[in-house]
Amino acid sequence: MPPRLEPLLRDPRHYQIAVLSCLLAYGVLVLDFDVRPLNALVLFGTALLTQWLGSRLTGLARVDLRSPWISSLSLCLLFRTESPLWAALAAFVSIGSKFALRSRGKHIFNPTNLGIVACLLLTDAAWVSPAQWGSGLTFAFLMACAGGLVVNRAARADVTLAFLVSYAAILFGRALWLGQRWAVPLHQLESGALVLFAFFMISDPKTTPDRRAGRIAFAVLVALGAALVQFVLYRTNGLLWSLAVLSPLVPLIDRLLPAARYVWPGETARATPISLPELNAPSFGPVPSLGGKR
Amino acid sequence: MITARCKRITAGLLAAALLLPAPAEAFCGFYVARAEADLFNESSQVVLVRDGDRTVLTMVNDYKGSLTEFALVVPVPTVLQEGQIHVANAALVDHLDAYTAPRLVEYYDGDPCALGNLPYLSERAAGMSKSDAAPARERDEALGVTVEARYTVGEYDILILSAKESGGLETWLRENEYRVPAGASRVLGAYLKQGMKFFVAKVNLKEQSALGYATLRPLQIAFEHEKFMLPIRLGMVNADGAQELFVYALTRNGRVETTNYRTVRLPSGNEIPVYVKDEFKEFYRAMFDRQVEKENMHAVFLEYAWDMGWCDPCAADPLSNDELRELGVFWLDDGPQAPYDKRWGRRPAPPSGPPNVFVTRLHLRYDFEHFPEDLVFQETGDRENFQGRYVLRHPWTGSSDCEQAKAYRRDLAARERRQAEDLASLTGWDLELISRKMNLRWNDPASDRPSNDGGDTWWDKLWRR
Repeated sequence: MPPRLEPLLRDPRHYQIAVLSCLLAYGVLVLDFDVRPLNALVLFGTALLTQWLGSRLTGLARVDLRSPWISSLSLCLLFRTESPLWAALAAFVSIGSKFALRSRGKHIFNPTNLGIVACLLLTDAAWVSPAQWGSGLTFAFLMACAGGLVVNRAARADVTLAFLVSYAAILFGRALWLGQRWAVPLHQLESGALVLFAFFMISDPKTTPDRRAGRIAFAVLVALGAALVQFVLYRTNGLLWSLAVLSPLVPLIDRLLPAARYVWPGETARATPISLPELNAPSFGPVPSLGGKR
Repeated sequence: MITARCKRITAGLLAAALLLPAPAEAFCGFYVARAEADLFNESSQVVLVRDGDRTVLTMVNDYKGSLTEFALVVPVPTVLQEGQIHVANAALVDHLDAYTAPRLVEYYDGDPCALGNLPYLSERAAGMSKSDAAPARERDEALGVTVEARYTVGEYDILILSAKESGGLETWLRENEYRVPAGASRVLGAYLKQGMKFFVAKVNLKEQSALGYATLRPLQIAFEHEKFMLPIRLGMVNADGAQELFVYALTRNGRVETTNYRTVRLPSGNEIPVYVKDEFKEFYRAMFDRQVEKENMHAVFLEYAWDMGWCDPCAADPLSNDELRELGVFWLDDGPQAPYDKRWGRRPAPPSGPPNVFVTRLHLRYDFEHFPEDLVFQETGDRENFQGRYVLRHPWTGSSDCEQAKAYRRDLAARERRQAEDLASLTGWDLELISRKMNLRWNDPASDRPSNDGGDTWWDKLWRR
């Protein structure tokens, strides 16, 4: 491998950007996704601008646009609205939450997840089309492979695996209880939206618990919550609602099961877990009041 | 009381239920929706009115067999009161079908010498409506079946059943002269475990003859429940092959889509050869077959999504507020409708803000293998208009010989070639056959048509003046 490429490939975010871009292209060109160019532009613009503004306000030395870029791609893939205003709000809430909603130096919500859920709560004019990926086994498999690459790089394969195993267990258990044939849970598992969620959203190393046992417990809870929304409350987007509602548990899990925090490659020195007392320690010098790198 | 020896369970879907077309051996002489009258075999139509958690479901029976043989079983989420059941006028659904049907539009090219090259003008819509196109008290207790309610509504005798277990329900149905298809027990069981009740309807022959209706009118049920879905599994248990379902959703905010199957827009806006005007039904059927095949029968197709206040072009007038209310639209106010513009065959959007009924027409072909789950829906905020629309452009046949006319004839050749290829790709029809029907004479030098496949080449344009 050429030496110049290696540092580029070491950061899982680059894989994520590449894979999400390919998925978006596939969605728009082949699956006829309803991605309106103006809305996409507004999503990207607002996300990048919010990141810049947040970095400046919190006094970060460097504005890193990779994370908002990933959030924008994810929003383009998932979030649907006719109005650029709602697109702007989704992007603003996504990125803004990283700066505003923090606990012990770690943001609480998966940005894309919160941006989408906030808009779903506020308006009927925004929606998510979970079935638009179709249920082709091949495609799900491809996405799983591509996503696998990302989670392995991000060292968070455990959360994805734990989630998928527990969610599959719920679906098969339910089918068994109802006396349905296996085709039913298999069809539910073939969902592209499910794979996307498992590999690209719940696996976010920045918003999952730090200890492996915590991550596995969290993944199982999210799977249970999703099934509750879908099969008891009969609402759509169970995965998104479950993750959003359960995310505030992560700081609690981290407190019960402390471990070293995940850092993106290249931010090791400054992104060690920062608790509030540490923030006042003189050794951190210029670290901003909220601490940590976003 | 119905005394027929052999009643069919034309098992239903909470919604889409309707008649369960089944093989004769299972159902003693069975019902098959007639091909000669219907565009699609074994088709059902359902109107779903939904806002918040309130649903009004209209189920259309295009049942043509003996009335003593008719029965309908629909899983419903709650026990229905008598007032929640209604019988509607079939013409309402026919109207909705006509209004939302894929349509053919004609254009006539004008004289290129007189008008420059602007395609004119006269546009006419020919809608293609689908109607062309689509179930001793002690004994009960022993079986664990409870008759929650019993009503006679219109020409129907209706029972609302709840049961403890599917075996008991199946036995009850058989003892009450419903022929339950083999394998139904499993599906019934799944619905029971989810707390569903069963809406069972038969024809009351006395009422039916007193009312004097020749055909069965659509049954309507209104209920309030979080579930926004259409049970299709019961109807598939014993179905012989694929079935066709049309779902007309009437909502307040926007387009309706399925959340567990992909919703795909039907190809639309294609220019097709003029001769297809006389074969539009065949064209539409072939095109739909082709699209189903392309999506491996895993998709639901969107055929129409429009604000009910208007249309352009109109395959039929939008439904009046009275008609919409009859179909169950419970949130209507009496806003004025814009006047119909006969000359242009369209009704403009009303001036007084957006009307609040949005119609979505979904069409799917389903069977047990490809649609293992019931259809689950969601209402989106998408108010973008969509219609299945196919364009005929009649060429100008004048004899002028101006430069523009020559250019027009050259362009026409390329256009007809594109139309032929488009038609072949949309329907899977043989390109040569299409060409023959179009009278395409590719090698006729007098027509100025190119003999090669690609239409005008760059060098043609270079020296041919």
